[in-house]
Amino acid sequence: MCLAVPGKIMSIEGADPIFRTGKVDFGGILKQINLAYVPEAKVGDYVLVHVGFAISTVDEEEAMQVFEYLRQMGDLADLEEGETK
Amino acid sequence: MKFIDEYRDEETARGYAQALRRITTRPWTLMEVCGGQTHAIVKFGVDELLPHQVTLVHGPGCPVCVTPVELLEKAIEIASTPNAIFCSFGDMLRVPGKSKDLLTVKAEGGDVRIVYSPLDALKVAQENPGKEVVFFAVGFETTAPANAMAVFQASQQGIGNFSLLVSHVLVPPAMEALLSSPTNRVQGFLAAGHVCTVMGYAEYEPIASKYHVPIVVTGFEPVDILQGIYMCVRQLEEGRAEVENQYTRSVRREGNLPAQQLIREVFRVTPRKWRGVGEIPQSGLGLQEKYRAFDAETRFGVAHITAEESSDCISGAILQGLKKPHECPAFGTVCTPEHPLGATMVSSEGACAAYYHYRRIRLSEAQSFPSGAETHGA
Repeated sequence: MCLAVPGKIMSIEGADPIFRTGKVDFGGILKQINLAYVPEAKVGDYVLVHVGFAISTVDEEEAMQVFEYLRQMGDLADLEEGETK
Repeated sequence: MKFIDEYRDEETARGYAQALRRITTRPWTLMEVCGGQTHAIVKFGVDELLPHQVTLVHGPGCPVCVTPVELLEKAIEIASTPNAIFCSFGDMLRVPGKSKDLLTVKAEGGDVRIVYSPLDALKVAQENPGKEVVFFAVGFETTAPANAMAVFQASQQGIGNFSLLVSHVLVPPAMEALLSSPTNRVQGFLAAGHVCTVMGYAEYEPIASKYHVPIVVTGFEPVDILQGIYMCVRQLEEGRAEVENQYTRSVRREGNLPAQQLIREVFRVTPRKWRGVGEIPQSGLGLQEKYRAFDAETRFGVAHITAEESSDCISGAILQGLKKPHECPAFGTVCTPEHPLGATMVSSEGACAAYYHYRRIRLSEAQSFPSGAETHGA
C-alpha cells in the first residue's frame, strides 16, 4: 500500500501551490501527478509518486550511496585480509 | 526503470549478503515494519540470502491487513446505501467482513468503484452532484498527505457530496506496542522508507534509546533491504541502538514538511483498533473538528457499528511477528488468496499472501540448512 514509484517530471502546470500538477514519465507511461508536496521539484527531476502524489524528490547524489557504501566495505575487508596474511 | 533496476542488481545484493556474513556472530531477530518490504523480501528471496543467525519477522505495516472488521462492516453498510458511490483502493474489496466483502456488495448492485487516488474519488463527486461519494481512506502516514489533500480541496471548492471513511494508522505507536509486549522478540527494526519520507525519523530516536533497539530507515528494493539489514546487524553486533537512514535518496530527517502541515490541518491523532492486535492509544488519525462535515461515519450514521474478529485466523500473531504464515493450520488449505480467512492473505502485501505466492521452499527446511547453504534461491 505504501508503494511509491520513481518517475521523471516532463512538464509542470498550475500556479496555485495546492493544485500544482505535472506530467510524470514512468518508463514510457505518462501520468498527471499532484506536485503540491514537492515545491522544489522542477522539470527533469525524478520524484517518488504514491497514489497520485509526489512525496519526495529523488536525491541523485544520495542514490549512489548504496553502491559507494558497499565499495568502501569491500576495500576495508581487503585491507583487513591483507593485514592478517 | 531508473532508480529501480540498479537496486535489483544481483552482484550488489550478493556483495551485501557476503558483508553481512562477515559481521554476524550471534543470532538476531529483526522486523521489517512495512508490508511492501515483506513483499519484496519474499518475492526476491532476500531472506534466503541471509546468514542462518539472522531471522526476519514480518511486521504490522500493511494497512489493508490491520483495518478492523468493524470498519469493513461500516464500509459495507455505506456501500449498500442507495445513492452512494463507494470508492476504494482495489485491495480492500476482497477483505472479508463478518458475512461478506465489498466485492459482494458490488455484485449485489452497489456502486463500488476502484480508484488509483483519493483525488479520483473527488472527481467522481464533482461529476455526480446528485450522489454521495465516499472514499475509503485506508493507510499509513505515506497515504495521509493524499487523503488530507482530497478533503482540503473538497473544502476549498465547496464539494459537499464527498466524504471519507477514515481508517488511518500510525507506525511509531505500533512499534512501541510491540516493544513493550512481554512476548516481544524483535531486536532491531527496518523502518518503513515511505512513511519516513513523509514524517521524517526524529520521532523514532526516543524509541531507539528507550527500548535500546537499532532502527534503520530502509527502502524497498532488494539491495536497499540488504543494506538496511547489514546496518541494523552491525549496530546490534557493536551494541549500538541508534536511528540510521539507509534510504537517503528519499528520506530526510525532518521528512516532507508541506505534507506534514496539511496532515495536521486536516487530521488529528486518535486511538485506533488494529485488526488482530486490538486498540492502540494515539495510533491513528481522525478528521479535525473543522472537517467533521467530511466524516462518512457521521454522514451515514454508522459510527455505532462494532464487530468481533474471527478466531480461526492467527493474523494477529503474524502481524506482531510472533508466528510465521506457514505455522497456521489453515495456511494454504482452508485459507488461500481466493478464499481468505483474514486480511494477511488478501492483500498482496500481507505476509500470508506473499508466502503463498512466492515461497519456493518450506521455511522449516530452510531453517535447518547448515550455515553456508543460505545462498540458495534469489
